Amino acid sequence: MIDLSHRKVYESHSIANSGSRLSILEKAGLAIFGIGMLLMVAGWLGGTSIATGGWQSTWLWTTWGAIIAGGLMYALKKHLKTPPGIRNNRMTTDSLTGRGAVGWMVAVVFTSFYVVLYWFPDYMEGIVRLHDPLSMALRGKPADRWLVYGTFYTVAVLVMGAKAILKYRHSRYQIIRTLSIMIAQLGLAYLLPAFLAKINQPEVYLSYLWPLAYDKLFPSSVESFMKAGAFGYFVIGWFVVGTLIATPVLTYFYGKRWYCSWICGCGGLANTMGDSYRHLSDKSLKSWKIERWMIHSVLVWIVLMTALLWMEPNLPAAFKEPLYKLRQWYGFLIGAAFAGVAGVGFYPLLGTRVWCRFGCPMAAILGMFQRFNSRFRITTNGGQCISCGNCSKYCEMGIDVRYYAQRGQNIIRGSCVGCGMCAAVCPRGVLSLENGPTEERYNNENGLSQLGEFKSR
Amino acid sequence: MSRQHVVILGNGITGITVARHIRKHSDDRITVVSGESDHHFSRTALMYIYMGDLTYSDTKAYEDEFWPKNRIELKRAWVERIETTGKKLIFDDGAALDYDSLIVATGSKPVRFGWPGQDLDGVQSLYSIQDVELMEKASARTKRTVIVGGGLIGVEVAEMLASRGIEVVFLVREANFWGTVLPEGEAKLVAREIHRHGIDLRPNSELREILPDALRRVRAVVTKAGEEIPCEMVFLTTGVAPNIAVAKAAGIECDRGVLVDPFFRTSVVDVYSGGDCAQHRVVPTGRRPVEQVWYTGRIHGEHIAANLCGKLQPYAPGIWFNSAKFFDIEYQTYGIVLPKLAEGEASFYWEHPEGNKCCRINFDQATGSVLGVNVFGLRQRHEVWEAWIAKRTPIQEVMRDLAAANFDPEFYRQYEASIIASFNAAYPGHTVELRTKKGLFSGFMKQFKKPVH
Repeated sequence: MIDLSHRKVYESHSIANSGSRLSILEKAGLAIFGIGMLLMVAGWLGGTSIATGGWQSTWLWTTWGAIIAGGLMYALKKHLKTPPGIRNNRMTTDSLTGRGAVGWMVAVVFTSFYVVLYWFPDYMEGIVRLHDPLSMALRGKPADRWLVYGTFYTVAVLVMGAKAILKYRHSRYQIIRTLSIMIAQLGLAYLLPAFLAKINQPEVYLSYLWPLAYDKLFPSSVESFMKAGAFGYFVIGWFVVGTLIATPVLTYFYGKRWYCSWICGCGGLANTMGDSYRHLSDKSLKSWKIERWMIHSVLVWIVLMTALLWMEPNLPAAFKEPLYKLRQWYGFLIGAAFAGVAGVGFYPLLGTRVWCRFGCPMAAILGMFQRFNSRFRITTNGGQCISCGNCSKYCEMGIDVRYYAQRGQNIIRGSCVGCGMCAAVCPRGVLSLENGPTEERYNNENGLSQLGEFKSR
Repeated sequence: MSRQHVVILGNGITGITVARHIRKHSDDRITVVSGESDHHFSRTALMYIYMGDLTYSDTKAYEDEFWPKNRIELKRAWVERIETTGKKLIFDDGAALDYDSLIVATGSKPVRFGWPGQDLDGVQSLYSIQDVELMEKASARTKRTVIVGGGLIGVEVAEMLASRGIEVVFLVREANFWGTVLPEGEAKLVAREIHRHGIDLRPNSELREILPDALRRVRAVVTKAGEEIPCEMVFLTTGVAPNIAVAKAAGIECDRGVLVDPFFRTSVVDVYSGGDCAQHRVVPTGRRPVEQVWYTGRIHGEHIAANLCGKLQPYAPGIWFNSAKFFDIEYQTYGIVLPKLAEGEASFYWEHPEGNKCCRINFDQATGSVLGVNVFGLRQRHEVWEAWIAKRTPIQEVMRDLAAANFDPEFYRQYEASIIASFNAAYPGHTVELRTKKGLFSGFMKQFKKPVH
């Protein structure tokens, strides 16, 4: 006979782990979210007739209302039903996050969306018209596809950002950092450009610096900013200071994280919407080799091209046509196909930082400063590593963190965006993101070996 | 030194550490033999495979290419016997392998105390990959599991099962959880954490027998108090014992473990042993004769490699340290903190009002020198504590500089002020004020940096 009093004790624990089963609230949240998405698709298909029908606003607000409310409801219940702490259970086995059928389907949907956005904008007419009321309110003019894209992007960062905060609510570093990327996206990359459009100023995204925003320092862009008067000069100053001064100085003090995982929208989306895919990055030595070749090639391409564009008036005529072609190809291959289609579309297959790791020239510059001239490092705590592999697994940049940790070495890698997740998932408290004196930054292996010169290396 | 063939029996942390370190210092031929897995993996990460945080291949600490690249040969086979006179291993398929030096690093195996029904289907332990596979298979039909034995493995199993929504009844012999290691305050904190995760933790409970169903599967357990608890799985996590069968059969002198001298040499020439399966003939002060944690396995391995490379190094393990995680609460310990204070020791204990963080510092009553620390829910810097304990630093000084040992992530709440306030309240004689800032800015860290080699 089992003593039923114990059974009662068990049931009285409100947070008793329910395994993989969804609660009613989670199901309801998903259902509301699904209805929102259906309304969005219906609105896309019938956008123009809805617009002429006059109930465009109601449709739009209901759609976004359902998506946001449903998403938040699901996120709240999903994460609050377990106590605060790292919960990565079923990440490798779930179809959505473990490269299963659902993951592949999501990848196809994401990728298709980007293909349509970049190369078949005519198909977007319906969804663009649906967003006219929002665009009128924010920018004082009818919507275009970039407003639609920006709205999707920002809602994703905000709703999934709220979800990330709930998931990592035990960590103040994660809470503050996630709030930062949410605010940067909403303010600098959505509301501010919309407001600028409203007051007839250049609709500029201040959170994207050159060379990530590759055309910001092209002569043509600079000229058009100059035409915009005082604000235009401010914008030019902002980008020049951002790239030439803020980048080396802030990276010296804090590492590249000040940008890549606190401000940048690409990182913002990766760390919010993409958080459940962070473990899919490839950790092999081979991928690291590919990464270094690719990212620095893109950097060389954009720097050379920008320089050549400035020298263009003095170039022989025969060089001009190839240069324009080169610029066009950069826009197509790097700006759209790489950063957008592959960068986000392949989240469920290759992880969230495909662009940041293999392509982003801004990340390459920040990475060189971080690698060679920065106070930032991830410290390994003596000999406490048990080689479990959680740090490497959940590194979105594909750094084999364990390689260093189990040798007692500090981690100093150009690609580290300082998201802090290795330190968060470590079950033995071995890793810590720190800024400190640059001497002995590499360490040290203290505590790992008691054998003097016969040390682990 | 001429090129010899070093054969390492066991690809756990000890065996692999030996192999890696020999390769750094010599050109010897190295073969690592394992029956369990093709490659070295982190045994401590087995729980994450079951929970779905990691896959098996994520737990491999080195890429598969690492081994051929470093000319470390891997052989997957069970060893039938060791012929120490002919210096060869005989495998279960009859094949043989000659060695010049042999390292027995066969780890340990779960102990079973002869309970009736302990061999039924559905009764298992958690030690090997095969155990995880077994557990995975049995989980589908399991509603309730009984875990017997309150230690680190038991709590891991509880977390694993809870992650699948399987009900857990956790029988612990002692009144306090892991009471053979933890003082009462910490044991209670851990017990609260186990309860918080919906585990039915029952102290002072022992297993009497396990009952079968018609198919010889587990149906229920009966406790010594006579209570019958229906369940589909039983986990025996009452500890591990050195895995010495092969060594013993070969005539290598054994007690509980394979007996080794301070150079990890066994009674047979050119045969060494280390890690979980070894037992020190000369036990260093404050240590146990058989040390069965990941870290000691690694330190043993480093010593064995040094000795094989001709750099004789008697076992000098340094300041003791260990760590674990109890559900969401991390635990670290440095130095010696016994469950009951020894003669002449004093203990300072601080606990957060929410009861999920604590810190215990033991010190010498007469001199004030710190002897050891336990922390739960706080991360501490290894090198700082190691130096404090090694230098027998007085507790007042440690208190003053406590922030230098803080290894929590940035922006985390810092508890040093609260800890010191509680210390001052407990020891009004010497009022201590927090002196150091957290982190690498403090400058205080400098004194702990060893010179670069």
